[in-house]
Formats: sequence, structure tokens, C-alpha cells
Amino acid sequence: MKRAFFPLTVLVLIAGCSSSQSWGWYVIDPTTESGWTNVKFLVSGMGATIQISLIAAVLSIVIGLIVALPGLSEKRGWRLVNRVYVEFIRSIPLLPMLFWVFYGMPIVFRSMGLNIPIDPFWGAIITLAVSDSAFTAEIYRAGIQSIARGQSEAAQTIGLNYFQSMRYVILPQAIRRILPPLANQFIYIVKMSAFASVIGMQELTRRANELVVTEYRPLEIYTLLIFEYLLLVLIISAGVRWLERRMGSDERGQ
Amino acid sequence: MPDAVVELVGVNKWYGAFHALKDFNLEISSGERVVICGPSGSGKSTVVRCINQLERHQKGTIRIDGVELTEDPKSVARIRSEVGMVFQQFNLFPHLTVLENLTLGPIKARGLSRKDAEARARHYLERVHIPDQADKHPIQLSGGQQQRVAIARSLCMEPRVLLFDEPTSALDPEMISEVLDVMVELAEDGMTMVVVTHEMGFARKVADNMVFMDAGETVEQGKPEHLFTNPRSERCRKFLSQILQH
Ligand SMILES: Nc1ncnc2c1ncn2[C@@H]1O[C@H](COP(=O)(O)OP(=O)(O)OP(=O)(O)O)[C@@H](O)[C@H]1O
Ligand SMILES: [Mg+2]
Repeated sequence: MKRAFFPLTVLVLIAGCSSSQSWGWYVIDPTTESGWTNVKFLVSGMGATIQISLIAAVLSIVIGLIVALPGLSEKRGWRLVNRVYVEFIRSIPLLPMLFWVFYGMPIVFRSMGLNIPIDPFWGAIITLAVSDSAFTAEIYRAGIQSIARGQSEAAQTIGLNYFQSMRYVILPQAIRRILPPLANQFIYIVKMSAFASVIGMQELTRRANELVVTEYRPLEIYTLLIFEYLLLVLIISAGVRWLERRMGSDERGQ
Repeated sequence: MPDAVVELVGVNKWYGAFHALKDFNLEISSGERVVICGPSGSGKSTVVRCINQLERHQKGTIRIDGVELTEDPKSVARIRSEVGMVFQQFNLFPHLTVLENLTLGPIKARGLSRKDAEARARHYLERVHIPDQADKHPIQLSGGQQQRVAIARSLCMEPRVLLFDEPTSALDPEMISEVLDVMVELAEDGMTMVVVTHEMGFARKVADNMVFMDAGETVEQGKPEHLFTNPRSERCRKFLSQILQH
């Protein structure tokens, strides 16, 4: 966390020279009533950003595993399913995918006779989860492939079926290779969640945009916005490092 | 032969274009001990891996207890319950304790209660002479101990046939005998065994049938003393004289 203090100090120093025309600290000055109201307004998007990111990350972890398993099959057909999904999803930019999910998917549902509305919250989650799942799938695949073939053969010879051998033998060993990069993917999701602002989700970036429209102070407001994301990412990175230390100190499995 | 536990008839195996087993025949009756030897790449591992269907043969018939193996998952499941395997590299599960290594199969694949599985595990640990290592992780054991745990893990599934693929080749010389001793005891107890090994002392002691393979084929088979003293083929004689020098 020490590293966070340096930029924050710089910010405060810049803010100190608030007499200058180009820097209007007052908009986000927590010591004044209006500044404090603005800061509260901006920070109140934090909950939505965290919720979207967390749910999307959990979904991505599940979808990623489901996509990764056929990629490890000896049957070429199954591997193809995995390749097509990963390459296709990975090639779609996030914003078009978001538009497709939010504006397009309800039409698809309606044409199938389903009435499933997609609100900005779930639209953003689905997009982030699916987009990220192509990457988590690759992380799983690499992690599982790093476990020697003899392990799954030994599991087979003691009668375990495919899912039992994944559950009790392969995944518990692969997890130490999988968790750290998965946690890094979480940072990616948090950053990409900013796109949810364009479909009207009231998260951090949307709040900032709205405040800029009324206050005409883009520099100050977006600077604060950047520091809000920085704070989130620093917290996650600290978590990742803690995780890596814990896995590293647990040396039982090679 | 009515009491053949394992029967391979005209088995062929290709890896891509490479013909690894050529019309291979082998019959193993109940309680019999078969030792397979031969130069590197001759297909010894392929034979045992086909018997337990870690590799699928393309042509020919493999019967276990008279029932032919098919690709049907039920057939494969039956193999797993009747045929155990000990690997050169032990392949113990490093994230589990010795006891957990031994109880995983009985609990998950056989549906034994934890209590019964642990009792069985301790029984077989006793049999491989390491009753007091149950709560350690494999990495804390010596190579010889690890291989004996691997043998106990196979025994916990109470198989009809136990396959060994060069069980002592990855071991330091001073640990080889402790593993071989356990295998000899198993043989004396009447376990049906197929052992790929170059340990000729072991072969001489326990083998009922010794198979010398080269290039995917059986070159010669018979009683070990027969092969040692009076091999019919030049290839077999040369190979045996080479490994017996060590
Ligand atoms: N998965 C595989 N893909 C391609 N070729 C293989 C594969 N497994 C084995 N082979 C080839 O098949 C031949 C027989 O292999 P196998 O492992 O059965 O020999 P081996 O007698 O056990 O030899 P070693 O003493 O070295 O263990 C070898 O030439 C080997 O290169
Ligand atoms: Mg081999």
C-alpha cells in the first residue's frame, strides 16, 4: 500500500495550488459541502463496479473451466470446440460485444418466444464474463496440462472416472498454477467494467461522466476516477500476492 | 485354457504410422507370474498399457477373465477393477498423504466407507512394510518407500492381476531390493503378476514364464532358466548376456 501514498501525496500537493485556473480542486474538495457531495456521488459507483466485477469473475471462472475441459480431450472434435470458442470470443472487442448483448440479445430472446429483459447490470456481467472466459479457459488448460500425464493415468488405474480424477487428483494440483493468473484476470475485469457506463450502468465511470456534465471539471473528476480504479487494483494485487505467498510456502506438491 | 485371467490374441498397436505391437499373443493364468524383458522401444510398456487400456489396441483381442475388452466405458471400468498397475515413476498423488493416496480409489471408485478404506489401507501398508508412514506426504519418503506405497495403493483396489512397468528402474540401487522383496512376497502369496523388468535375479526367482520381446514381437518365451541357459535365438542370448553382466 505504500506505493499508493506517493501518487496520492502528489495529488494533494497539486490540489494545494488550487488558486490556479487550470486546477479546480474545489469540485472534489471533501472539506467543502459541495465538494463532499460530489465525492460521495463519485464514490457511490464503487459498489456497482465491485458487484459487476465480482459476479462476472465468478461466472468467468465457471465458464472458463467448462470451456477448458474439451480443450484437453484426446478427441479432435472436442478440442475444436474449445479452439473455436476461445479464438472467436478473444477476437471480439469488448464494446461491440457489450452492445450486442445489451441491444441485440433481447431481440434474439424475443424471436425465440422468451421474454428475458437484459438490464445494464446483467448486460455488463454477461459481456465481461463471456469475454473473460476465453482467457480463463486458457489459464485452466495450461495449468491442467502442466500436471504430468502419469497423474491422470494413476487416477484411472485406481478406478476413478474422468470427473473424479479432475476433482480429486488433477485440479487440486493445478490450482496453484491457476489461481495467481486467474486473480490477475480479475484486475482486467475491474478495468473493463468501465465500459458498462455506456449502457447506463451507474458504476464509477458513469458517475464521473455525469458529474463532468454538470460541473465542467473533467480534469479533476477523471483524475479522481483514475485513483478510484487504482485503489481497487492495488487491493486486488495485494490479495494476489498474499495468495501467491501462501501457495509458494505450501511446498508439498512439486 | 479355461483359467486364463488375461489373454492377448493377435494384438496389434500402432502409434500413428509406427507399428508398436505385431500380432502379439500372451496368456496369463491365475496365479501365474510373467516377466517381460527386451531392449528399449521393443514394446514392453505398450503390452501392459494395452492390458489395462491406458492404450487402446487397434486390432486383435484382449480378454480379461474370458470377457473381451471393448471401448465401452463399462468394459473399461471392469478392467480398472480387475487390473492394478505400478508405474516406473510411482505416480503417487503429491498433494495427498500416503493414507489418502491409498483410500482415494476404494472410497471414490468402490464406495467403501472411510473407516473400511483406512483399515484396508493400513493392512496393505503393513504388507509393504511401511505401516508408520501413513500420514506423511509422498515427497517426504524415499524412492523405495514411494514405490512400495504405490504397490500398496494398487493392492487396496484388490485387483486380480497386478501389472508392473519397470518398477525399480527409477530407484537408487540400494532401494531396489526393498521393492523387489515386497514383489517376491506378493508372488509367494499367489498374486497374478505381469512384470516388465530387467532384474534377472527377480525373474529367476519368481517368473513362471519369461517373455523376451523385440520390435513389437515375442522373440522367445519359456521358463527363465531355459532362456538364461539355453536361448534359441541369437537376439535373446545377446540381450541377456548384456544385462546379466551388470
Ligand atoms: N505415445 C506414443 N506415441 C508414439 N510412439 C510411441 C508412444 N509410446 C511408445 N511409442 C513408441 O513405441 C515403441 C514401443 O514403446 P514402449 O514404450 O512400449 O517400449 P518399451 O519396450 O517399454 O521401451 P523402454 O524400455 O524404453 O521403456 C517405441 O519405439 C516408442 O518410441
Ligand atoms: Mg517402457
